Amino acid sequence: MPRRTDIHKILIIGSGPIVIGQACEFDYSGTQGCKALREEGYEVILVNSNPATIMTDPSTGDRTYIEPIIPEALEKIIEIERPDCLLPTLGGQTALNASVELAESGVLERYGVELIGAKLKAIKKAEDRDLFKEAINHIGLDLPRSGFVHNMEEAWKAIEHVGFPAIIRPSFTLGGAGAGTAYNREEYEQVVKWGLEMSPVHTILVEESVLGWKEFELEVMRDLANNVVIICSIENFDPMGVHTGDSITVAPAQTLTDKEYQAMRDAAIAIIREIGVETGGSNIQFAVNPEDGRMVVVEMNPRVSRSSALASKATGFPIAKIAAKLAVGYTLDEIPNDITKETPASFEPTIDYCVVKIPRWAFEKFPGSKPVLGTQMKSVGEAMSIGRTFKEALQKGLRSLETDRGGWGADGKDRYVFDDPAHPRYRDPGDPELKAEIVEKLKIPTPDRIFYIRYAFQIGMTVEEIYDCSRIDPWFLANLLEILAMEERLAEAGPAIQSWIEE
Amino acid sequence: MEDGSIYQGRAFGAAGRAGGEVVFNTSMTGYQEILTDPSYHGQIVTMTYPLIGNYGVNQEDLESKKIQAAGFIVKEPSIVPSNWRSGSSLEDWMRSQNVVGLCGIDTRALVRKLRNAGVMRGVIRLGDESEPRGGELDGIPPMAGLDLVRYVTTQEPYTWSEKLHPYHRAQGTLAPQKAPVRVAALDFGIKHNILRHLAERVREVHVFPAFAKAKDVLGCNPDGIFLSNGPGDPEPVTYAVETVRDLLGAKPLFGICLGHQILGLALGGRTFKLKFGHRGSNQPVKNLDTGKIDITSQNHGFCVDLAGVDSQKARVTHINLNDRTVEGLESRELRCFSVQYHPEASPGPHDASHHFDAFIEMMKT
Repeated sequence: MPRRTDIHKILIIGSGPIVIGQACEFDYSGTQGCKALREEGYEVILVNSNPATIMTDPSTGDRTYIEPIIPEALEKIIEIERPDCLLPTLGGQTALNASVELAESGVLERYGVELIGAKLKAIKKAEDRDLFKEAINHIGLDLPRSGFVHNMEEAWKAIEHVGFPAIIRPSFTLGGAGAGTAYNREEYEQVVKWGLEMSPVHTILVEESVLGWKEFELEVMRDLANNVVIICSIENFDPMGVHTGDSITVAPAQTLTDKEYQAMRDAAIAIIREIGVETGGSNIQFAVNPEDGRMVVVEMNPRVSRSSALASKATGFPIAKIAAKLAVGYTLDEIPNDITKETPASFEPTIDYCVVKIPRWAFEKFPGSKPVLGTQMKSVGEAMSIGRTFKEALQKGLRSLETDRGGWGADGKDRYVFDDPAHPRYRDPGDPELKAEIVEKLKIPTPDRIFYIRYAFQIGMTVEEIYDCSRIDPWFLANLLEILAMEERLAEAGPAIQSWIEE
Repeated sequence: MEDGSIYQGRAFGAAGRAGGEVVFNTSMTGYQEILTDPSYHGQIVTMTYPLIGNYGVNQEDLESKKIQAAGFIVKEPSIVPSNWRSGSSLEDWMRSQNVVGLCGIDTRALVRKLRNAGVMRGVIRLGDESEPRGGELDGIPPMAGLDLVRYVTTQEPYTWSEKLHPYHRAQGTLAPQKAPVRVAALDFGIKHNILRHLAERVREVHVFPAFAKAKDVLGCNPDGIFLSNGPGDPEPVTYAVETVRDLLGAKPLFGICLGHQILGLALGGRTFKLKFGHRGSNQPVKNLDTGKIDITSQNHGFCVDLAGVDSQKARVTHINLNDRTVEGLESRELRCFSVQYHPEASPGPHDASHHFDAFIEMMKT
């Protein structure tokens, strides 16, 4: 299909000020989208309140509005500009939410503005937990097992299929009050009773816990001819329980067999079709039980996301640019591949290297904040690195963070020193108190956890022991151990190398 | 390497010597399926993805009874495999099957060489630079003109009943009821997942040796005939081309990979060798009738050309979007079709499994 000729003017909403969880990645995607659409001869109208963006450069759009991203302002802009379409998927959650509001309040209909890329129904289906659950069940995929419960009797029935550990979430309580995790029947009874009491409607959701499962993401693209390609698979170093934005992530996925990867790919394709994201990119997250391989769908972003920026740079496939072109009617095989120039964009990138993304935190700038990672994103930035091995990419990534570290230790800046009793930071590696300290640090995800894995190896803990504490996949841990082994070899050879240099 | 270059690395797997055509595969997953695919007979496979062996080896993801590749080259084999189904490490498995591997070389440089100069013969051997060289490639024949089917085909006919792996079935796209039909499959080096796909959909699957005659095959009274994948050059496999020519028009016929090439030859087309072949899980193929694109799994060094064939008799149905070469053909008149790529996947995407359904439909009508 050629590009649409019935539309001329397209509105793109940016993501506003930079906040934790939504940074320059949406300036990147918005700018790419603008360029792609103007290249096709469309008139592009931009709205973004953030002046420190490339998007708001006078040359990026045909007209740029530096106005608040709120429905009132957007309606006025629509009234003045009368765009044919609104492309809501390039400006992060802010733009998506604003677009939904404009659609629901009837503004878009009143001015005859068409949502392109993702229709309102698809956005709702992806974002509303109940509708999403219904859609996923409809195509026969798994979600964490769950059930609503109104009394203890129902609770006993529910736990039979949910299984331990279970998460108990009372309905309609503020800020998750009364929620808890139960690992056995005694705890369960206690948490259920408390939750039922806390809920004003005496209803709780009992849900299977996927904490500690392996976490994966797929970046998916779809066109109007229903072609779907997977741009990139990503595996999280940190297991479920840590926000993807706060996880070290690795592309491509490392520990899935082809059978498992293809099952995940099938699931992602089925999801983007069922949710009905018409064109462009989506990000779909999965959790996999390391004990038996059970795969559950965690969530979907029906828009260009933070991971899309990473996936674009990791593979060379410009997701936002292609998403913009698909939104105006092109199909994937009609768009040339940016890297090869000769072959089309309807392909799945395959890479011969490993990509690592490491988040950067700034807890020191937020006095009183606790440097503990959870389901709410806290990192303020990230660094990406490329290597021919995971070890190389990880080391480069750690050096890129500007945290004054030379990599994964071996830079004289480790918290503990084990080989020099005269050193002020010396600790006896056999000290049981030290071990208890390290074990505690392995259990709780923090920005420093990766360095505690090092200390754990140095005091003689094994891959299995560290896995039991951290649930970080043994494959990653073994790679870290290999770095340490190489470091030890170099240290042993050190004097010989030194004298060789002096000679 | 045939051009005199040497890549010095470390041995892994079994210690010893291995020779063959050195090819590369761009799949990032599926090394177990690749190594056991009979189409790699006589080849040394290099993986472009550098980290291999990460998820170990299991009992299920096998495409034949043993490792078929002559040797395996990777940048970095994993020392600690991690996957709940893993039973052993890649290296232990290779050692147990006496398969030689080479690791720690710059696989990217090797792949660039093969892309620029074309695939060539090579040898993996133990030793160091000081040892005298010469004659390493003696006894390793060039791939063009080589019939390798004879080494991998079954010697006796058999029936197959194992169905698809649960991971394949989870998509919920397969026909719930088996068609009451019987398929005769000619084994040129057949991958188990093709047989599993067939057994999933039809009541009986009879497998015949590559050298079976048309009357042997028709003897089981099949409703359709399947031509399998396999190694080497299709041209010298004249016995199979003859059999297929005799079978044309008798029953609906479906071919994959080497089976597609043999069908192309039987229809009067020709085949030629590609510079470095298509081997990987991300090859885009376009259906010329519908415009639909499938991301496909491929493994072939030769290709069909239908230029000299009457377009009324047979026509090209699919092309590769990377180099526009033929990926599928059909003859409505003779009720046959074939694809150069691998709809059975394993490894690779499941996008093209609809071809098996089309074959069943053809047999039913």
